[in-house]
Amino acid sequence: MNAQAILYAAGVMGGLGVVFGLILTFASKKFAVPVDERFTLARDAMAGANCGACGYPGCDAYAHAVVKGEAPIDLCTPGGQKTLNELAKIMGQEAEETEPVVARVLCQGETGVVKPRYDYSGPQTCHTAVGLAGGPTMCQWGCVGLGDCVRVCRFDAMKIENGIVVIDEDKCTACGMCVKECPRSVIKLLPKKARVTVRCQNTAAPRDAKEACDKACISCKRCERACEYDAIHVNNFVALIDPVKCTLCGACVKVCPTKCIEQLP
Amino acid sequence: MELTLTNFLLFMVNCILTNNFIFSRYLGCCPFLGVSSKVETATGMGLAVTFVMALASLFTYLVYHYILVPLQLTYLITISFILVIASLVQFVEMFMKKSMPALYNALGIYLPLITTNCAVLGATILNIDNSYNLLWSVLNGVFGALGFLLAIVLMAGVRERLEASNIPKSFKGFPISLVVAGLMSVAFLGFAGLGKM
Repeated sequence: MNAQAILYAAGVMGGLGVVFGLILTFASKKFAVPVDERFTLARDAMAGANCGACGYPGCDAYAHAVVKGEAPIDLCTPGGQKTLNELAKIMGQEAEETEPVVARVLCQGETGVVKPRYDYSGPQTCHTAVGLAGGPTMCQWGCVGLGDCVRVCRFDAMKIENGIVVIDEDKCTACGMCVKECPRSVIKLLPKKARVTVRCQNTAAPRDAKEACDKACISCKRCERACEYDAIHVNNFVALIDPVKCTLCGACVKVCPTKCIEQLP
Repeated sequence: MELTLTNFLLFMVNCILTNNFIFSRYLGCCPFLGVSSKVETATGMGLAVTFVMALASLFTYLVYHYILVPLQLTYLITISFILVIASLVQFVEMFMKKSMPALYNALGIYLPLITTNCAVLGATILNIDNSYNLLWSVLNGVFGALGFLLAIVLMAGVRERLEASNIPKSFKGFPISLVVAGLMSVAFLGFAGLGKM
């Protein structure tokens, strides 16, 4: 092996690469197909996470659909108001003010709070666990904390703490992938402004609920009586707050005996 | 090899049936299984492969005989051929997008997929191994790809029927397709010896 052979080899491969590269560059100019410039703009306006929250396979597909006028412009939840405004400008439509939403976990059944039903040691996915004899915890409505939602979150906004999922509100883009994934619908998209939430969905009779979990709603209706604004109602053995009427006064939070209503700062 | 009618016909049978890329050389099995769920798309894929394989045979022949051989760099055959094929596919894609949008849309994703189709690389290297001249190289590319087209369309036809048939659960989908592919391969073994040149 002499130096010349190496140089020839490098030269030939490099040369071929350069020649083909030049031909392709030339061809891409020559055969350029004009794309709708609104598409590029629309694509740039989106969050670019390819999360699928809009229902299209990726941001490109959604941008195409928007430009063609086949899709409404308000489907990109991760992009939020900013994306909506820009898309509205590109498409010449009026942008509506949207209420920023965020994913909330409607369960406080941490390890030790909710009673275990059995010791689960099967595959570590929620979907498998909840299918086995009613799930590993006594509550059939609560988070089992095996993290199916954490695995679908593209924004690193979720983690499992003390056997329950915790959402980082600042990182959450409300794309809704976790909401779709959760086998028990524990996660809901709620307005960011709704700082007071009932974090329980247990619709069992009060005694059963109390036995299953220390922080369950036992439908005692004290919150209903405490609320001056007619915003909270117990229905089907669980309290629910109407975010439109709620003034965030926190009266219900104070009277709740099981601390299942939470007020965020 | 002389270009006579007998040779031509023998060569055609040889490439399409006896030495079928899928069933006797086991090249290009990925698109064969991946794109064979509908006859329509399978035909598109087969035609795209035919197109690229013919062009690739032409260009790799030129690169090999006019660049690699004079410089004694024949050991670069694999990497340089891959370079040629990849660039060619890119070029064809751009060209089609501009001048034949209908065909471009019909082939869709299959065109770029051909870049990594080992049948194309296989055909071009076989051309060199069998020391075909330019004409036979291109013919080998075309007929080899037609063999691929035949295989993938037959497979797609069978798989369309499979959709509707009652198959044990554990065999549904891919497993039964592999069994079918194996059986078809055995059937094609019947052509062995036919078209010997």
